[in-house]
Amino acid sequence: MTEIIEFIKNNLELIYILILVIFIGVEVIKHIPAVLHTPLMSGANALSGVVIVGAILVMLNADPENYIALGLGFVAVVLGIINVVGGFAVTNRMLQMFKKKK
Amino acid sequence: MNIYLSLIYLLATVTFIYGLKLLGHPETAKRGNQIAASGMALAIAGTILLHGLEVSGFVYGLIGGAILIGAIIGYVIAVKVKMTKMPELVSLFNGFGGASAALIGLVEFGQNTGNTNQTITILAAIAIGSLTFSGSMIAWAKLNGTLWKDIRLPKYNLINNILLLAIIAYAVYMVISGSSGFAFALILLFGGLIYGVLLVIPIGGADMPVVISLLNSLTGIAAAITGILYDNMVMLAGGILVGSAGLILTYAMCEAMNRSLVNVMFGAFGGTEVSGGEQHTQTQGTIKKASVSDVAILMNYAQRVIFVPGYGLAVAQAQHAIHELEQLLENRGIEVKYAIHPVAGRMPGHMNVLLAETNVEYDKLAEMEDVNPEFQNTDVAFVVGANDVVNPAARNDTSSPIYGMPILDVDHAKQIIVNKRSMNPGYAGIDNELFYNQKTSMLFGDAKAIIQALVTELKGM
Repeated sequence: MTEIIEFIKNNLELIYILILVIFIGVEVIKHIPAVLHTPLMSGANALSGVVIVGAILVMLNADPENYIALGLGFVAVVLGIINVVGGFAVTNRMLQMFKKKK
Repeated sequence: MNIYLSLIYLLATVTFIYGLKLLGHPETAKRGNQIAASGMALAIAGTILLHGLEVSGFVYGLIGGAILIGAIIGYVIAVKVKMTKMPELVSLFNGFGGASAALIGLVEFGQNTGNTNQTITILAAIAIGSLTFSGSMIAWAKLNGTLWKDIRLPKYNLINNILLLAIIAYAVYMVISGSSGFAFALILLFGGLIYGVLLVIPIGGADMPVVISLLNSLTGIAAAITGILYDNMVMLAGGILVGSAGLILTYAMCEAMNRSLVNVMFGAFGGTEVSGGEQHTQTQGTIKKASVSDVAILMNYAQRVIFVPGYGLAVAQAQHAIHELEQLLENRGIEVKYAIHPVAGRMPGHMNVLLAETNVEYDKLAEMEDVNPEFQNTDVAFVVGANDVVNPAARNDTSSPIYGMPILDVDHAKQIIVNKRSMNPGYAGIDNELFYNQKTSMLFGDAKAIIQALVTELKGM
């Protein structure tokens, strides 16, 4: 029990941010019309590619002799950036198709 | 951390939130996507340039190479993919994001100093990342048609739940015992991979919108967890935003099918139990067949026509044909709309994208709640490749498996034309009383061929 209280005390800032962002996410996305569900999903998907920042940090922090860490980090960066670039590019392509009556 | 880098992360977080907000309206959506993308570029560039660590040129070269290779691959896939393949693509990219998180977890596990909080986040990243990866790959293979069967092991729910508990118990054991061997982490990774496969493999095609939304949400959560690991706010905020977006869509999809998430994941609709156990209860009545010229005449003299496209339309590649029909009717002063059920297609909003691709204006794509009151003033409702979402049993028949599912009130229209290949029942494996309705005429045949024939017929009038 004391450990849990200790954990909350040490991470209070994090917990605040977590809760606030969950609310922001729900509020921002809640009223999105069904027409845009697919672009929303692929756009959000591109955003989840933000893990690439972590993958880059893995490579930056790795010992240059540690080939396992560098190799895994390399694969993680490649996969992450495919997610990011591909996701944003395809969302853009899709949104270009949405046209209104001239 | 470098203060400028912190500011960049802050700015990137704001672009993510603002970008998502702009994505909520067709007029601003494209700008929203671009804003979020530039925020992401900023965050990536900032991380590489301002990290303040001693790093050799070799490592920089590797990072640059990885980014270049991945960016080219991602861009080429994005430009080439067909819009019908959108659900596959989202699953694939989603799987990559999950894999990336799992790999990060794996490396960090090797370098972990034994801090309990850190161990927990690392193990969570490995487990969630790996299950998202394998689950997304299975979803991808299923949507792709490579894996078309819904494979159900005997008592698969029980097996899945036991495996999930085992994975959690194993992770707890690792935290408590402080196991640090690489092999321990690999076992967890494989456990996650197997669980992801078993979770998605029994789920049927029409339930894919729910599965994709859920997997999307999980990747976001995996990204957020790695963000906690690095105490990195942009990763945390980005991940949580995606997590909430995915959960909202999952919820919306479940609601559109009147089913709970538990029911989709563990209920296996249209599976052996349902379609095998239930003999098709023959609805009383006879069906009426119409010819192409009957329908063409009917439409030509109508004032308001509503098209009701289902996934069958996309399967038949008839999107362009139906758009041509729409323009032809519009040019004759007939009001035409498309009524789109929220779960039409294989991912949320899929049908809208498929029609937008053929240049249908988005204000002609009507959502269920908006269009339902209009059916009673509609002369002709033309149902193409849709079945369960127009079945009045969802409204009237409490014993029906789809009872309570929101449907398009097609039966309120003055005349109903249903195009189908044959009288086969839909995904839920139940008969549709709409077909026996007095006002309904059936137009059998391939959607594309039939609609093209309608266009030719109408042009001759």
